[in-house]
Amino acid sequence: MNIVVLVKQVPDTWAERKLQDSDKTLDRASVDVVMNEIDEYAVEEALRIKEAGGGEVTILTMGPERAVETIRKALSMGADKAVHLVDDALKGSDAVQTSYALAKVLETLEYDLVIAGSEATDSRMSIMTALLAERTGQPQLSGARKVTADGGTVRIERQTENGYAVVEAATPALVSVVEKINEPRYPSFKGIMAAKKKPLTTLTIADAGIDAGQVGLASAPSQVSSFATKPPRQAGAVVKDEGDGGQKIAEFLASQKFV
Amino acid sequence: MLVDHVDGAPKKVSYELLTLARELGTPSAVVLGKGASAAAEKVAAYGAEKVYVCEAEELDGFLVGPKAAVLAQLVGDKAPSAVLLPSNAEGKEIAARLAVKTGSGLVTDAVGVTADLVAEQPIFGGAVVVSSTVATGTPIITVRANSTAPTEAAGAGTVEQVSATISAADTAAKIVETIVEDKGGRPDLGDASIVVSGGRGVGAAEGFGIIEQLADSLGAAVGASRAATDAGWYPHQNQVGQTGRTVSPQLYIAAGISGAIQHRAGMQTSKTIVAINKDPEAPIFELADYGLVGDLFTVVPALTDEIKKRKG
Ligand SMILES: Cc1cc2nc3c(=O)[nH]c(=O)nc-3n(C[C@H](O)[C@H](O)[C@H](O)COP(=O)(O)OP(=O)(O)OC[C@H]3O[C@@H](n4cnc5c(N)ncnc54)[C@H](O)[C@@H]3O)c2cc1C
Ligand SMILES: Nc1ncnc2c1ncn2[C@@H]1O[C@H](COP(=O)(O)O)[C@@H](O)[C@H]1O
Repeated sequence: MNIVVLVKQVPDTWAERKLQDSDKTLDRASVDVVMNEIDEYAVEEALRIKEAGGGEVTILTMGPERAVETIRKALSMGADKAVHLVDDALKGSDAVQTSYALAKVLETLEYDLVIAGSEATDSRMSIMTALLAERTGQPQLSGARKVTADGGTVRIERQTENGYAVVEAATPALVSVVEKINEPRYPSFKGIMAAKKKPLTTLTIADAGIDAGQVGLASAPSQVSSFATKPPRQAGAVVKDEGDGGQKIAEFLASQKFV
Repeated sequence: MLVDHVDGAPKKVSYELLTLARELGTPSAVVLGKGASAAAEKVAAYGAEKVYVCEAEELDGFLVGPKAAVLAQLVGDKAPSAVLLPSNAEGKEIAARLAVKTGSGLVTDAVGVTADLVAEQPIFGGAVVVSSTVATGTPIITVRANSTAPTEAAGAGTVEQVSATISAADTAAKIVETIVEDKGGRPDLGDASIVVSGGRGVGAAEGFGIIEQLADSLGAAVGASRAATDAGWYPHQNQVGQTGRTVSPQLYIAAGISGAIQHRAGMQTSKTIVAINKDPEAPIFELADYGLVGDLFTVVPALTDEIKKRKG
């Protein structure tokens, strides 16, 4: 099976993330960046499917120059090659536009499966697989805690609010995975060395046939009109249990009309 | 607005969306799937003037696509000024597909929408509030549960049956089986007004017994930190945080949870936060409205008893 894994570079959650006053987009330049954590699980799942049945794993990332670091990490885990879509015109694209750009690149690739993470820690939208399914006309198998691929059929256990659903589709299909699906491997030293020699294709929007009028901040279908930084939550009373802790909390809850 | 329901019983978030929609204009409710007709009267009580009902089998037999197709058809026919959906996993995915189908912009995770359709979204774990608008097509906005207090107001509730045209691409992912894991009759985490969560401090799967008892005394849902779900003490679907669910209840009680930034990301916008932790330095106390330094194994059962006593 040939698999494309969608990998996004995101600001480290620990870093102080900021919106820029100038254009109200995420300041991606001044913060520490990492591979979106769930995308490591997506890479791992792709590698396991490949190791069981053969095929090739291709990493696809849309993001600025420095996203190369994240791509290298995915290659050092064991992916075979990578495609990096990078163009100043893409800056400030919202999710709907990003799905258009990624779908354009997917058209140029041959795959049986696309595997994404369930959610990016910066956008927290969890919609990329749904957007891409709509754009490509291919099945959406999102929120998988288990994936079984055999022949032309893929089956997932989709985590739901109160259990799970078994969902099945024919390939090519678009899968997203949740973090309980596997335990991602660490890149080995050998892997890190090998990654440097693996093929990495860099595409501009022109290379990918992406219409400049449909991406970027100016034409984004959703626009940020303003933003405000909230003062951090104020800590309330902290009291020590003197054997009456339960009662004290109950009193607080009663004062707030919860009981 | 799209009604989230189980066999015709709307979830609380649906009433919240209707209440919000009334502030913005004249609400029409869309109820899709098995039992949809049964919801009509209930949503009329919360102000739905029109109720569009579709019970086509595909709606429950395939993932998300068919629901987006029916909504897209309605957007085309009825030209609403906006579409509101619940901001849960399925609601967001339906919204995403609807945005592409209708060439519209999309805003997710709103906690408020103003009369001129500006959506407010908390980002970066609540540290920043963004005001967003949709510049293209019909604004599609998903709204988090507990953003509006639901109030009743009778609407006409005129029912219109919708016959759906659903394409092959919309039925590409077939739902073969649905397994409901028992929640002990507790409310859903995303919907609940009160959430009681346990973390590593709970110590074992059995330890969640006292967490569940406290939850039941308050009619609350049960959540867990990643440490607890990773250890297998509680199911992953109950994980609260960056890689779990985002909840925004009226009251969030954290027991034996340190308050790591990734956990906060999923609960920081709760209205009132209470923390029980034996370590006075635990970061969870920085955001708690009321913190108790103590052993959860004595405090939690005592609290449960006290609540039961007060509730009689
Ligand atoms: C990318 C990423 C994503 C993540 N996503 C999530 C997520 O979605 N949700 C999430 O929760 N975490 C997430 N985490 C993990 C997070 O960083 C923390 O490791 C986790 O939240 C810790 O869980 P905890 O508070 O239960 O455990 P600990 O940090 O171990 O805290 C346990 C607490 O219990 C207290 N305690 C122990 N015994 C008792 C007792 N008898 N009585 C009272 N208190 C007691 C201790 O004092 C301590 O403060 C993520 C991490 C990463 C890197
Ligand atoms: N710019 C991007 N490049 C590559 N993959 C992406 C990009 N944005 C999102 N994704 C993928 O989509 C998943 C879900 O992202 P989101 O819908 O933004 O929460 C991520 O885990 C990635 O796998």
